[in-house]
Amino acid sequence: MADWLERLLGKQKHSADSAKDRLKLVLINDRTNLTTEQVEALKNDLLQVISRYVDIDPTAVQISISQEGRENRLVADIPIRTPARRKRSPA
Amino acid sequence: MAATVVTVSSGKGGVGKTTTTANLAVALALGGQKVVCIDGDIGLRNLDVVLGLENRIVYDLVDVVEGRCRLRQAMIRDKRLPDLFLIPAAQTRDKSAVSPSDMVRLCDELRGEVDWILIDSPAGIERGFRNALAPADVVLVVTNPEVSAVRDADRVIGLVEAEEKGPARLILNRLNPAMVKRGDMLTADDVLELLAVELIGIVPEDENVIVSTNRGQPVAFDPKAKAGMAFQNIARRLKGEQVAFLDLEEKDGFLHRLSRWMRPGGN
Repeated sequence: MADWLERLLGKQKHSADSAKDRLKLVLINDRTNLTTEQVEALKNDLLQVISRYVDIDPTAVQISISQEGRENRLVADIPIRTPARRKRSPA
Repeated sequence: MAATVVTVSSGKGGVGKTTTTANLAVALALGGQKVVCIDGDIGLRNLDVVLGLENRIVYDLVDVVEGRCRLRQAMIRDKRLPDLFLIPAAQTRDKSAVSPSDMVRLCDELRGEVDWILIDSPAGIERGFRNALAPADVVLVVTNPEVSAVRDADRVIGLVEAEEKGPARLILNRLNPAMVKRGDMLTADDVLELLAVELIGIVPEDENVIVSTNRGQPVAFDPKAKAGMAFQNIARRLKGEQVAFLDLEEKDGFLHRLSRWMRPGGN
């Protein structure tokens, strides 16, 4: 009975919204064959490799799978911490 | 005549593939088209009962493939619609009795004789589905506004694309406008956004479907039934006509937003 009341109080969202949110994640996992944990592991591996070359702030890195139509892409936004000018190695 | 082969699939069972195949066949035949429908569900045939032709089966698909009869002998002519035929599935065999190349050969033999060949795919993504997919020119994916049906539809749409039979077109079956309105059912927009596929029709949940199936008289014969009207519209869209979507009394602006998804039919 409390269903509608909880909804009114904003405690519970409509079941259709839960269905949509859950499906979004499930479909990304199904399409890419990647679980959320694997994406996390991928992120850590990527960070390790990149930090060998540039100074980055691991907490600012954003790696996610985005969807465009039926295409999925891995999007990485990795801010570089190094000050503006790159050091040039002497020729 | 050069027939278009339309395969009706879904992944998940029980979403309305057979009902859809039977009703599209009836709707196309009512519109003066010559139609053969093939039951691809060997071992679990049902298109015969849904069409009300179960008492007239002599030969089946496997008999044709294994050479026990000629193709013509396995084609049951519907007495209500003389341009509608059914090739039933075998009930005592399994999917491996037919191969994808058998289906391609059989459809090629039929192509010159009819306008439409509709194939009712079995549930699942194994052999039976591969058989149904192999000869397809157009693939229709049937789903319901439920998590499991949408998830399986996504798998099937991906497989159809991988086989270069895409893009599949979606039939959203058994939409309940009252549940959508109170936020307890995915909207058509939600499903289209999740699946990113072109919509060819929405069929509202309608008790008439069960009543008409009880009688072996597909609901497409009944122009007063909402589901019957929806199937009639899908058949017209298949023919390339532009038909507005039914008003299912959804929330404001529903049809407007939906119209963005409706493009003139390619096939």
